[in-house]
Amino acid sequence: MKSTPEILEALESESIEILRETAAAFKNPVLLYSIGKDSSVLLHLARKAFHPAQLPFPMLHIDTTWKFREMIAFRDQMADLYGVRLLVHTNAEGLREGVTPFNTGASEYTRVMKTVALRQALDRHGFDAAIGGSRRDEERSRAKERVFSVREAGHRWDPRQQRPELWRTYNPRLRPDQTMRVFPLSDWTELDVWQYIHLHRIPVNPLYFARERPIVWRGHQLIMVDDDRYPLGPGEKPELRRIRFRTLGCYPLTAGVESDAATLEEVVDEVMRVTLSERATRLIDGDREDSMEKKKIEGYF
Amino acid sequence: MHSRPVIRLVACGSVDDGKSTLIGRLLVETDSVPHDTVAAARSVRRAGSLIPPGEIDYSLLTDGLEAEREQGITIDVAYRSMSLLDGRRLLIADAPGHEQYTRNMAVAASRADIAVMLVDATHPLRPQTFRHLTILKLMGVDQIIVALNKLDALNFDQAAFESVCRDTRPAVERLGIDRISYIPISALVGDNVTAKSDRTPWHTGPTLLEAIQGWHPLQSGSSRARMGVQIILRAENFRGLAGTVSDGSFAVGDEVVILPGLNRARIARLTAFDGEIAHAHAGKAVAMVLEPDVDATRGDVVERVDGCTTPADRFAAHVVWLSESELIHSRSYYLLNGSTMVPATVTAIRHRLNIRNGDHESARTLKINEIGVIEVATDARVALAPYGENRNSGNFILVDRVSLNTVGAGMVIHALRRATNITEHHYAVTKAVRAAQKHQRARLVWLTGLSGSGKSTLADALERRLYGLGLHSYVLDGDNLRLGLNKDLGFTKEDRAENVRRVAEVGRLMVDAGLVVIVALVSPFAIDRNHARELFEEGEFIEVWVKTPTEICAQRDPKGLYRKAKAGLLPNLTGVGQEYEPPANPELVLDGTEEIAVNVEKLVRALV
Repeated sequence: MKSTPEILEALESESIEILRETAAAFKNPVLLYSIGKDSSVLLHLARKAFHPAQLPFPMLHIDTTWKFREMIAFRDQMADLYGVRLLVHTNAEGLREGVTPFNTGASEYTRVMKTVALRQALDRHGFDAAIGGSRRDEERSRAKERVFSVREAGHRWDPRQQRPELWRTYNPRLRPDQTMRVFPLSDWTELDVWQYIHLHRIPVNPLYFARERPIVWRGHQLIMVDDDRYPLGPGEKPELRRIRFRTLGCYPLTAGVESDAATLEEVVDEVMRVTLSERATRLIDGDREDSMEKKKIEGYF
Repeated sequence: MHSRPVIRLVACGSVDDGKSTLIGRLLVETDSVPHDTVAAARSVRRAGSLIPPGEIDYSLLTDGLEAEREQGITIDVAYRSMSLLDGRRLLIADAPGHEQYTRNMAVAASRADIAVMLVDATHPLRPQTFRHLTILKLMGVDQIIVALNKLDALNFDQAAFESVCRDTRPAVERLGIDRISYIPISALVGDNVTAKSDRTPWHTGPTLLEAIQGWHPLQSGSSRARMGVQIILRAENFRGLAGTVSDGSFAVGDEVVILPGLNRARIARLTAFDGEIAHAHAGKAVAMVLEPDVDATRGDVVERVDGCTTPADRFAAHVVWLSESELIHSRSYYLLNGSTMVPATVTAIRHRLNIRNGDHESARTLKINEIGVIEVATDARVALAPYGENRNSGNFILVDRVSLNTVGAGMVIHALRRATNITEHHYAVTKAVRAAQKHQRARLVWLTGLSGSGKSTLADALERRLYGLGLHSYVLDGDNLRLGLNKDLGFTKEDRAENVRRVAEVGRLMVDAGLVVIVALVSPFAIDRNHARELFEEGEFIEVWVKTPTEICAQRDPKGLYRKAKAGLLPNLTGVGQEYEPPANPELVLDGTEEIAVNVEKLVRALV
């Protein structure tokens, strides 16, 4: 896949159009901020879309309490830097019940701490539109998703009953029990995201750059031990490896890749030569062949 | 004109034609798929697959939803990115082929510049090929590439290729398709997909990939420049109209007009995040500062003065019906184009298009996947232009006012002249003056309820009472009107909608004449009554639900309708064969089993 400044400008304009449409057509939209590179691009595009006016919606982060520490630091830094209102939500019940990535299985953990948490936050604040950074090239059920994607009562996605989406005439109307998910980066690819970050010098999380980090092996996956909550085997000691991350999530569920790409140029170069599709490093998606579709039906982003 | 870095393609044809295999191969051979995904397609096999392990099952690269994998077909449109060798990006909309998914194909074609239409050369031409050609032409796809697949099974026989090409000609001519090409391919083996085949020496044309890459947008002949206003951006010393240029290009200093209001101004600044710009081409998202800072809101359209669109409120249009619930003539929908939204009524269905042979068939309604020509009237003027001139300014969607789903996809053929020839004349003697002369307030009481609920009896008693009070009134009785004004209408959903519309319009004229109007009409559907309400000013329309249990109505049965329905002679009787939707927020609910005099007093109190 190749990317050029001309392609990026065209993708950018489309995304801005979608963001403006969302701000104007919904009562209470919110930008889902997941701290990753796609969120960095989304935030940059949103600032562009409404410049010189202020961002007309807040950012929401669903904090599972298992994010990399560098993610949380970066999140707060970005909200400060751009003066954006940041809302953070954690599923307190899940926390009370002691749900962790280790004791419930990755998919149940994700359901409770991410999907349910997201539904709680959307309901609590009465958000009628949630903007996310998902792309169609990430996963096959996402290739079928609309740019404006309706969620039924309980935030459920019905992939068989999607609204037809024609031309650039979007239908933002909702019944009282419905909400909208909006995906301004639908047509972008992973390489586009990196090239855009490179072109516009957009700040991204340091975890994307290779550095020596303490890791343990879990099967073929390299897991970074970010704090002392990570259960180690008897006598097991994290070793230092030069790794970076292609996607960011909960640290026990996000595998790193061995890499020497320590600068933006090197990362872009590596992505161009990449041999793995990016979600291969996400442990939660591989549970079942169709697991993303299942999670999305329940309300996952 | 600058060239477009991102172009769009619709791929149509059914799985049997080898579409998934073709798209999969294009993606792999242009290095547009991650390598691990390709590796998986070499090892994973579906049950019953005949592809040897180690070779790529290309169709695995393009499968989507679980339901689709189960059925082995494509239901919904899937979108994929591909790199062209010249550095441009190709966005592929992979459309399902089956007839019951015609609407999905229309969705996929709506933005496409190019279509690749798969045809299985080993079969005689199927009706779906003509259906696909019709939809592609209708949706304005610029270039059609017919990929004749499975030529390997016919030993790459030139005569077989030419015979299929010849068979499409009559349809191509009838539809007026002028940019079409034919390529003999084998999606399975790869002939003429990205590499020229040495087994088709008689084919002098391009490969499929070359044909796709050979497409460039035609120079637009019109001078029109257009931007829909999405949102007004305000900051200190700044008020800008934000939108995306959809057509032509704007420059600072251009004289522009704000449609539909016709205010004029000059572009003082064009701004983007990175700073001021002098020009904005089609596709660019900008903010525009006007001098003077004329009134403009979301949904307005900015066009350059030269070549600008004339706003209108009546249009003839093609429509593809997308919804399980059929199009209902004279019902009100929301019409959307870009950020513009207005209520609109389908005032006529001229014909339904037979998409197999192009025949025009008479129709009273359009069902899902059907295409027709309709007339639509909007509640306010909108700046729509013919779709054939420009897709962005000529498209619209129709949205159901209750479900809020997108139910129709429209393409403007032309504005109807009536719109510009009719100008509402404002008379000096107004409704208020006429009503004051009669010492009353002009109002309309809308009695709705089942047949036999007591509407006519109540209307009669109420009018006598009003007469006694010295008020000027008139009763519009549903049955009586069906003897004259509405004698052409039956009792289907569509006819009931039209019945309600006419009665409401007559009622409005009478209110305008200063009268107190009493309507007695079953009017079973909420949407029709709500539409009637919209014709009146706040407080003028008094909806009264005459609530009488069905059993009592059936007992009274003053017109013998319930007996007929019971005998199966009356399929559409409200409350029996057809549903009655009670009003959600009526001004008044009357118990239809109560004394008439009591109910009349309640009505008088609500009126006076």
